[in-house]
Amino acid sequence: MTERILEVEGLSVDIPVPAGMLHPVQDLSFHVDRGETLAIVGESGCGKSLTSLALMDLLPSRATRRASKLALDGQDLTGLSERQMSDLRGNRMSMIFQEPMTSLNPAYTIGDQLIEALRRHRGVTVGEARDRAVWLLEKVGITAARERLRQYPHQLSGGLRQRVMIAMALMCGPDLIIADEPTTALDVTIQAQILHLLADLQREFRTGLILITHDLGVVARVADRVAVMYAGQFVEEGTALQIFQAPTHPYTQGLLNCIPVPGKTARGAHLGTIPGIVPSLVGRMPGCHFAERCRYVTDACRADAIALRDATEPGHRYRCVLSPEETAAHNQMETAQ
Amino acid sequence: MAVNDISPGAPDMEPSPRALLRRRVFHHAGLVIGASVLITIVLMALLAPYIAPHDPLDQVLDRRLIPPIWFDSDKATWTFPLGTDHFGRDYLSRLIWGARISLMIGVSAMLISGVIGTTIGVLAGYFGGRVDMVANFIITTRLSMPVVLVALAVVSMVGSSLTVVIWVLGLLIWDRFAVVMRSATMQVRNLDFVASAQALGCSTARIVLSEILPNVANHLIVVATIEMAHAILLEAALSFLGLGVQPPEPSWGLMISEAKGLMFFDAWLIAIPGTALFLLVLSINLLGDGLRDVTAPDGRN
Amino acid sequence: MLPYVLKRFAVAILVAITVSMITFSMIYLSGDPALALAGETATEADIENIRRVYGYDRPIVVQYLDWLYRAVQGDFGQSHYLKKPVSEVIFERLPTTMLLGFCALVFALTLSIPLGVLAAIRPNSMIDRVALTIAVVGQAMPSFWFALIMMLWLGIYWRLLPVTGTDSWANFVMPSIALGYYITPAVMRLTRAGMLEVLSTDYIRTARAKGLRPMTVLFKHALRNAIIPVVSLAAVQFGFMLGGSIVIETIFAINGLGFLAWESIQRADLPMMQAIVLVLSIFYIVLTFLADMLNAWLDPRIRVG
Repeated sequence: MTERILEVEGLSVDIPVPAGMLHPVQDLSFHVDRGETLAIVGESGCGKSLTSLALMDLLPSRATRRASKLALDGQDLTGLSERQMSDLRGNRMSMIFQEPMTSLNPAYTIGDQLIEALRRHRGVTVGEARDRAVWLLEKVGITAARERLRQYPHQLSGGLRQRVMIAMALMCGPDLIIADEPTTALDVTIQAQILHLLADLQREFRTGLILITHDLGVVARVADRVAVMYAGQFVEEGTALQIFQAPTHPYTQGLLNCIPVPGKTARGAHLGTIPGIVPSLVGRMPGCHFAERCRYVTDACRADAIALRDATEPGHRYRCVLSPEETAAHNQMETAQ
Repeated sequence: MAVNDISPGAPDMEPSPRALLRRRVFHHAGLVIGASVLITIVLMALLAPYIAPHDPLDQVLDRRLIPPIWFDSDKATWTFPLGTDHFGRDYLSRLIWGARISLMIGVSAMLISGVIGTTIGVLAGYFGGRVDMVANFIITTRLSMPVVLVALAVVSMVGSSLTVVIWVLGLLIWDRFAVVMRSATMQVRNLDFVASAQALGCSTARIVLSEILPNVANHLIVVATIEMAHAILLEAALSFLGLGVQPPEPSWGLMISEAKGLMFFDAWLIAIPGTALFLLVLSINLLGDGLRDVTAPDGRN
Repeated sequence: MLPYVLKRFAVAILVAITVSMITFSMIYLSGDPALALAGETATEADIENIRRVYGYDRPIVVQYLDWLYRAVQGDFGQSHYLKKPVSEVIFERLPTTMLLGFCALVFALTLSIPLGVLAAIRPNSMIDRVALTIAVVGQAMPSFWFALIMMLWLGIYWRLLPVTGTDSWANFVMPSIALGYYITPAVMRLTRAGMLEVLSTDYIRTARAKGLRPMTVLFKHALRNAIIPVVSLAAVQFGFMLGGSIVIETIFAINGLGFLAWESIQRADLPMMQAIVLVLSIFYIVLTFLADMLNAWLDPRIRVG
């Protein structure tokens, strides 16, 4: 039995800039079920962080959000006032940010910062909130949790701070957690720990998780479903298996070819690169956003907006003029080289 | 890569940096207003001998306290558009000549303090360590001595003259130069081009003069305007207290001081030199703020 | 925390000693202090006599140490003009100046901090423009002129407030405003800049993502961090204000230290001038030391280091 935690349809973000109107997020539709992990993958600047801020309604004041549907556990979010929205933030939906070093307030103890959301949303006593903070800190693998409550952020390492951030996100038992590049700023060994921790907790608490990352290795390990984002649009979406086994969009293929696979990639073999730069997202852009960097570009690519279409398996969709067979054939030639 | 190499995002007509700077300068209202007022006052000061209608020191006792032209009075006359003071001296001429004194003190004191402060700041920022510690100590010591009081005490003991006022102020207000130059130099010092100049074996003096100074120049200019305004205000305060420029010289601060006793009857006597002083300092500050906004890419926000 | 406190304390003591040397050497600025004291009509024997009586014939180091030794005990010698112990006169006048400085500081902070915060919350809004205008105008207005204008309007034309003297609290209103507005622009600009910077930090985003109320985000999370540099600045500016009070006290005839300084300068009363400069400098040093301590307490990165 699945339960829709988040439903998004037609989510767009617009930012006025001197050169015109910037469209960093364009018409995204997706959903997250309870206990499910959706990974949004893309290179920096593709709009994935703005997507997460748009969901939380924490966009910079100049940016505007549009969506035909935005519902958390059936409750419509589009018409909510700032006050109603702040009742949900940190309560029903919470967020883990990229930079654990700067995401905690240096002036307050982590105990103070852990309990304030629970106190605000649930009105519990300081003692009760502290007990839950200790319990959660232990859950995220922090020893001597009760003593840690009195420490200041600068006394903790980056890995510990990110664990604190995770505990903080779980304080009110949210339905949805949005983790924006939660491991990027950490050491490689810590990255794996944090990731597994996040995946375990998400399963245990049966929350929905949106994992935003540029790291396909991370995605392969924890995601149930994957959306590949390029220049403000989803170019491919499907289950993790579909994306990794049968990448259909040339961009997804290119991304996967950039990763060495142990035992499969020969020593000294060339790793793939995707040449070119991401297009400017100012003003209206007809045609495929990836056209300028795509090897298989044709005149048809630039003519009209390209819609997401079904690939061979159900639930697997991609945004390209070529058929799945054509792109698969191209990709085989590419990897054979 | 692609067949078609026209990138849609490529701006094809990027204006040159110089043109961009020019546009930024002329679109900055504060900068334009500040510069215009300041240029007017500077021209007034430079051309004082030619444009002042009367001798600023010429006392004629039977034409005392003629009100300015906008007063509804029989005595008001275009011969003395801003009226005359209690010694019968032409107020407009005194105002014009007073601009010279203010500007001269402002510029000279700023130059002296600029040399001292920049030297201390750049040395501290460049060498760091002990040099920085000593520099910090000197700056802290200087800051702990109240400027107005020390200036007054020194002037009273050495004897007040234009030169003394300039030197006393110059020797006292270098602290901001030192503080700002120190942190600016520290930032520039850690940039790669300084390291590469060191790797090439350039002498310290050469690095400081040709690599560091040009890159902290924008901070320097901004502090220079602040300190010039500061010096002008301090001179006015000293003259107002009777220990700056000495009578009968037409300093604006002194004009206010001389008119103080009469201000309850003829408020315009303090309003005119005070407004002049305010406008001069305001224009210098606007110019400084504007230059900071224009040279710093992010501007005020 | 303790090493930090000790280090700051050592620096403060060193600065105080340096300031005392500079202050002491001030009497030699006009040349021979005995000559200055004796006046123009004095004979060679008179000057020699004064030199001996005041101890100017001793080596300068001995003179300094002797002066410092007494100064530490609160003995700044006799006023040449008033013929009273300098310290007695100073401690008579000091409270008035402190009161004036305190009122001016309160006025300045209650105006500048809320304005700076509001300006930072709504950059480029009407309130931001008003704040900026106050800052720009305030920085350009000569304080003595502003004082006179206020005196003219509030005191003479509208008769709202007494013009001079120290008889009641009403006497302190205009001087406090005149002295306080002088530091308002700097404090306001720093508050605004600090708030703008803090409001764009990641931890403010975290606080908002937790769903905290806007007031909690603003006052608990943002202002607490933005205020740290303002504390140092306020201490520094308070010191400047005491120095600047000489102008304001002279204008409003307030019987404080500033007015005393001006009188002493007029009377060439050297020991009095020396003592006032020293007292105000030491006060400034103590103030900045206390501000450093307050900062350390506000900023756990220093406190729990």
